[in-house]
Amino acid sequence: MKKNWWKILAVILLLYTVIAGLLMDVPQLREGNLDQTIRNLHFHVPMWFGMMIFFTVSLVYSIRYLRSNDLKYDHKALEFVNIGIVFGILGLATGSIWVRFTWTDAWWVNDPRLNGAAITMLVYLAYTVLRGSLEDEQQKARISNIYNIFAYAVMIPLIVILPRMTQSLHPGTGGNPGFNVYDLDNNLRKVFYPAVIGWTLLGLWIASLRIRLKHVSYKLEK
Amino acid sequence: MLNNLSETLTLLKKDVTLEWRNRYAFNGLALYLVSTIFICYLSFNLKQNQLNPITWNVLFWVIMLFTILNAASKSFMQEGQARTLYYYTIASPRSVIFSKIIYNTILGLLLSFIGFVFYCFVMGNPVQDIYLFLLNIFLASCGFSSSLTMISNIAAKANNNTTLMAILSFPVIIPMLLVVIKISQNALDGLDWSASDSFLLVLIAINLIVIGLSYILFPYLWRS
Repeated sequence: MKKNWWKILAVILLLYTVIAGLLMDVPQLREGNLDQTIRNLHFHVPMWFGMMIFFTVSLVYSIRYLRSNDLKYDHKALEFVNIGIVFGILGLATGSIWVRFTWTDAWWVNDPRLNGAAITMLVYLAYTVLRGSLEDEQQKARISNIYNIFAYAVMIPLIVILPRMTQSLHPGTGGNPGFNVYDLDNNLRKVFYPAVIGWTLLGLWIASLRIRLKHVSYKLEK
Repeated sequence: MLNNLSETLTLLKKDVTLEWRNRYAFNGLALYLVSTIFICYLSFNLKQNQLNPITWNVLFWVIMLFTILNAASKSFMQEGQARTLYYYTIASPRSVIFSKIIYNTILGLLLSFIGFVFYCFVMGNPVQDIYLFLLNIFLASCGFSSSLTMISNIAAKANNNTTLMAILSFPVIIPMLLVVIKISQNALDGLDWSASDSFLLVLIAINLIVIGLSYILFPYLWRS
């Protein structure tokens, strides 16, 4: 029980996110057509926070694998990439719905952030394809972890720096398109921060289950 | 360090000599490049200077990207298993990757300048700021060649699958390509350099990251 407190926390935070996120008062802006769709903030933005966290964690495990040659770390790196991909796809899906109802009538617009996100997905899907194309366990681990590190380092300019340099439809562009603390309403913040923590913990939970499964099946195979 | 440097130079010299003797890669690639450009010229059914600058720009970089991709993917294929093992015993992995990166960069630079000249010859030359454009070509071919060298080695480990090479390299190359297209668009429009300097910095930074990472990661890749 003591070890599982964070899982309970995740459930509580997510229940709170869903209930408060959908029912609580949101600021009504006179201009623009954001309106009630701002509630998507609690579902769309945490996905990207989660994705970046998981890919970074995966990067750390990849480095640890290369330093130690211990397959345990390789399994962790793989599963964190997998959960990152799931979060990325959910982020694209929620974003796509948001685009449809606030910016245009289309599901996709040509925006540096969207393209960056899509390409990030391609990079990590390529990582899974690379894993599939190799047979030997150690070789697979080594080569795919090298690719993971390489891809992460080259991807960062894409999703962190480039959108700051070009026009984007996302809020706060031209300077910092990231999450701007000064713009956010206080009420939204009460739900947004718990939402980020809640979703990330949920992802961590899923990843930890899959890592355990992976360890067990690897041991059985041996 | 000095020892590494001389090793790198020796390996580089070996690559260049091999290439000079049969000129297989270079001639093949140059022909590939020229015929691609010619096909584009014929398909657009152009009279001179009719192409919209944006199309001109994008088409040029797509052609260059594929040519350099082909050039880089050859770099590890021509080495047999036995020869790789031999290098392993006589040289440090870092010298190997550096010599390959330098070799591919030289090849990439030659190809892109030839490509540029021929492309202008048939498609017309709407570039207003030629110095910026040339600088951009220089940085771009360095960047493409060095990152593709690393990727081609990864793909070579995975049974030399050409599809895999494309899958692995495109996502990694796209950020660089976007920056490059942006800079060359500025050069085409003849904008002041101050409009492009931050992009140039990003491009140089990506190049440095790629070379640094290859330096750190290649020994691990080499061992397997």
